[in-house]
Amino acid sequence: MEPAPARSSFPPMANTASSLPRFLTRKGVPLWRDVEVLKWTAQIVSAALVIWFVYFFISNVIRAANARNLGLGYGFLDNAAGFPIAESVVPYDPSRSFGYALWVGFLNTVKVSLVGIVLATVLGLFIALARLSTNWLVSNLAGIYINIIRNVPLLVQLFIWYFAVFQKLPPVRNAIALPGPVYLSQRGLYMTGPAPTETFRAWLVFVVAAVVLAGVLHRLLLRYQVQTGRTTYPLLSATAVLLGLPLIGWLAVGSPPLTITRPVLERFNFVGGLRLTPEFVALLVGLVIYTSAFIAEVMRGGILAVHKGQVEAAKALGFSTPQTLRLIVLPLALRVIIPPLISQYLNLTKNSSLAVIIGYPDLFFVGRTIINQAGQAVPVFLLIMAVYLSLSLFTSAVLNVYNRKVQLVER
Amino acid sequence: MKAKLSFLVSTVVVVALLAAACAPATPAPAPQEQPTAAQEQPAAAPAAQEQPTAAPAPAAQKILDAVKARGKVVCGVHTSLPGFGYLDANGKNMGFDIDLCRAVAAAVFGSPDAAEFVPISAAERGPALQTREVDMVPRNMTWTSTRDAQWGNFTHVMFYDGQGMMVRADSGFKTLEDLNGATICVTTGTTTEQNLADAFRERGLTFTAVTFEDTSAVYSAYEGGRCDAATSDKSQLAAVRSGFANPNDHVILEITMSKEPLAPAVPAGDDQWFDLVKTVLWVLINAEEMGVTSQNVEEMKNSPSLPVRRMLGVEGSFGQEDLGLSKDFAVNVIKAVGNYGEIYDRYMGPNGLSFTLDRGLNNLWTNGGLIYAPPLR
Repeated sequence: MEPAPARSSFPPMANTASSLPRFLTRKGVPLWRDVEVLKWTAQIVSAALVIWFVYFFISNVIRAANARNLGLGYGFLDNAAGFPIAESVVPYDPSRSFGYALWVGFLNTVKVSLVGIVLATVLGLFIALARLSTNWLVSNLAGIYINIIRNVPLLVQLFIWYFAVFQKLPPVRNAIALPGPVYLSQRGLYMTGPAPTETFRAWLVFVVAAVVLAGVLHRLLLRYQVQTGRTTYPLLSATAVLLGLPLIGWLAVGSPPLTITRPVLERFNFVGGLRLTPEFVALLVGLVIYTSAFIAEVMRGGILAVHKGQVEAAKALGFSTPQTLRLIVLPLALRVIIPPLISQYLNLTKNSSLAVIIGYPDLFFVGRTIINQAGQAVPVFLLIMAVYLSLSLFTSAVLNVYNRKVQLVER
Repeated sequence: MKAKLSFLVSTVVVVALLAAACAPATPAPAPQEQPTAAQEQPAAAPAAQEQPTAAPAPAAQKILDAVKARGKVVCGVHTSLPGFGYLDANGKNMGFDIDLCRAVAAAVFGSPDAAEFVPISAAERGPALQTREVDMVPRNMTWTSTRDAQWGNFTHVMFYDGQGMMVRADSGFKTLEDLNGATICVTTGTTTEQNLADAFRERGLTFTAVTFEDTSAVYSAYEGGRCDAATSDKSQLAAVRSGFANPNDHVILEITMSKEPLAPAVPAGDDQWFDLVKTVLWVLINAEEMGVTSQNVEEMKNSPSLPVRRMLGVEGSFGQEDLGLSKDFAVNVIKAVGNYGEIYDRYMGPNGLSFTLDRGLNNLWTNGGLIYAPPLR
C-alpha cells in the first residue's frame, strides 16, 4: 500500500499544467506500474464497455424495429382494447382503452400483492414460532412444511392449487354451502357481505376522520399520562372515537351506506354477495404459502439473533412468555428481520406475474394480451418492466423508512 | 488493492466476452469508443425514426437463402389442436397446418422432413413473425387487416372458418341470448376474444370471461365445469370436442359469430419468400382441381393436359426460377403431402385421423365451396 494520496479525486482533463495529475509530474515510477493510473484506466475501460453494451442493445432494438416497420410509440394505448377482462377492481368493459386495461391489470397485481403480503407475514410469523416451539411435534411439522414448500417451484405449486384443488371443487349447482351463507364451488367463493350504497362515499369521510382522530387522541393522551402520571384512559378514549364517529356518520348521511348482499343461485351462477374467483384464490393461496415458508425462516433467524440474556432479564423481571415475546424479543428481532423481509415482499409481488398460467388478469397477463391485440411488443414490455420496477422501489422505500425507525439509535 | 484490480480486470473480460458473443447475431453498429458520443446516439435515434423513410429498410438476409443455408424450414405451429397441429402417439408433428410446412420443405429441399416445428401459443404468433423467429406460421390464424398490417404477410386462405360456441348438451341452449350472464372460456390474444366481446355487446348481453393463454387450459377449464360455454373457431371446437372424455355430452351451437379466414403467414419484407409459400399453397389447390394426387403424380406427367404438364415441370414454366425453386418442385410437394383435398381428408375427412368435418366452404369452387387458387402459369 502506498501512502494515501493527498487528492482523492481525479482532476478534469482540461486543467492547466500547474494542476496536472500527480502521476504526470511525479518522477521515478513508470506509468504502467503506477497504481493510481492502473486503477483509473480500469474504471474508464469498464465504464466505456458498460455504456457501449447498453448502447448496443438500445440501437439494436431501434434498428430492428425500423427494419420491420414496428412503431415504438405509445399512441396505441388510446385505442379501444376490445377484449374482456375476467375480473377488475374498477369498472371495465371492452370499449375502454388499452391504457385503461393495463391500469386494470396493475390494480389486480396490487390487490393480490397487498393481500398476499399481509397474509404471508401473519402465516410466516406463526410458522416461525411453531418452528421454535419446544413441542417436538409442532416444531418438526413446521420444519417439514418449510422444507417442502421452499423446495417445490412456485409454478408447480400454482398449477396444483388451481387445476388440482380449486378446479376440482363441486360444480356451481352442487356448491358446498357453509353457514353465512357462504358457497364454495369451482366458480369461486361466494359470501354474504356488505355492499356500498350511494351514501357510502359520504360515510367514508367519517370513517377516515375517525381513524385519524383516534390515532391523534391516543398519542396525545398517552403523552399526557406519561408526563403527569394521571390516568387518562388513552386506549378507551381512542376506541370510543373510532366507533362513535362512524356511528354518528351513519345516522347523519340519511340512508344506510352499506347493505347486506346475499349470493343467490340464478341460471348460471350465484348473483350478488361478495365473490372471490378461483383464479384469484389459487394465486393468493399459492403465493402466501410459498412466501410464508421463506418469511418463517427469516423470522426464525431474527428471533434466534436476540441474545439469550435479554430473555433471561425479562423472565427475571417477571414477564410471562407471551409478554417477553411481544415486548422484548419481537421488537429486537425486527431489526434483523426487516431487510430480508423486504426482499421477500418484493419476491411475492414479482412472483404474482406467474398468474399468467392460471388466468388471473394481472399486469403481466393483460400486457401479454395487449402485445397480441395491438402488436406492440417492445413498448408494452418496457412499460411492464417500468411498472414492476417502480412497484418494487416504492415497496422497499416505504419499508426502508420503517426500518430506519426500528433500527437501534446509537447515542 | 490487488484483489480489487483483478476483480475489475475479470469483470472487463467477462463483459467483453459477452459483447463478443452477441455481436455476430446482428451486424454490430460502428463501435463507439468515446462514451460521450455513445450516450448521445440512443437519444437521437428515436427522433430519426419518425422521419418517413424513402425506401423500406432492406431485409438483412433473404429468408430463402437463410432457409437453404440452414437446411430446414422453421415453422411456428400448434402442438395440441387435433386435426390442425398436434403430436401423434410417436411425438411426430401432424395436422392440416403441419402438412403445409412439410409441403414448403418439399418444395425447397425435395424432402418433407426438412422442416423444424417450433410450438408457439396464440399470443406468440405476432411477435414470432415480427422478429422473424420463424420462417412461416402455418398455425391456424385468422387473417385480419390489422394483423396483416402489423404482423407480416398473409398468403392465401387455406381454411374458411367461423366462430362458434360449444355448450353442454344437457343445458338446452340454442342461441346467444340463452347465454346472457354466462361464464365463457376463451383463449386470450385471439380474434375470438374480441368477437365474443363484440357479439355480446351488440346484443346487449353480459358475460364473464375466463381467459387463458394456453388453449388446452381453456378447454380443460370448460370440460371441468369452470365455464358454461367455450368459444372458438368451429373447426377448433370440433377438434377439441373429439378429444373430450365424452364428446357427445357437448354440442356446438348452430350460430356463427364471425368469419374467420385462416391463412398461413410469413414475415413482412421478403417478397420472394411470400410468393414462394403462396405458390406452394396454389399448387396444392390446383392439383386437387386437376385431379393430381400423391398416388398418380408420376403417371400424370404424361397427361395430355397442358396445365398439368406445366405444373409438374414437364414443359413450360410457371415462375419456378423466379421463386428460386426447381422446375419439378410441384412433383415433390404432391408426392410428399398430396393435394389440398388429400390433406383435408387425411385429418378431417370421412375417415380422418382426427375427426370428421363437412368440407362446406372448404370445397373447391367447382364443388360449391370457396377454395380457389390463381392459375399456375
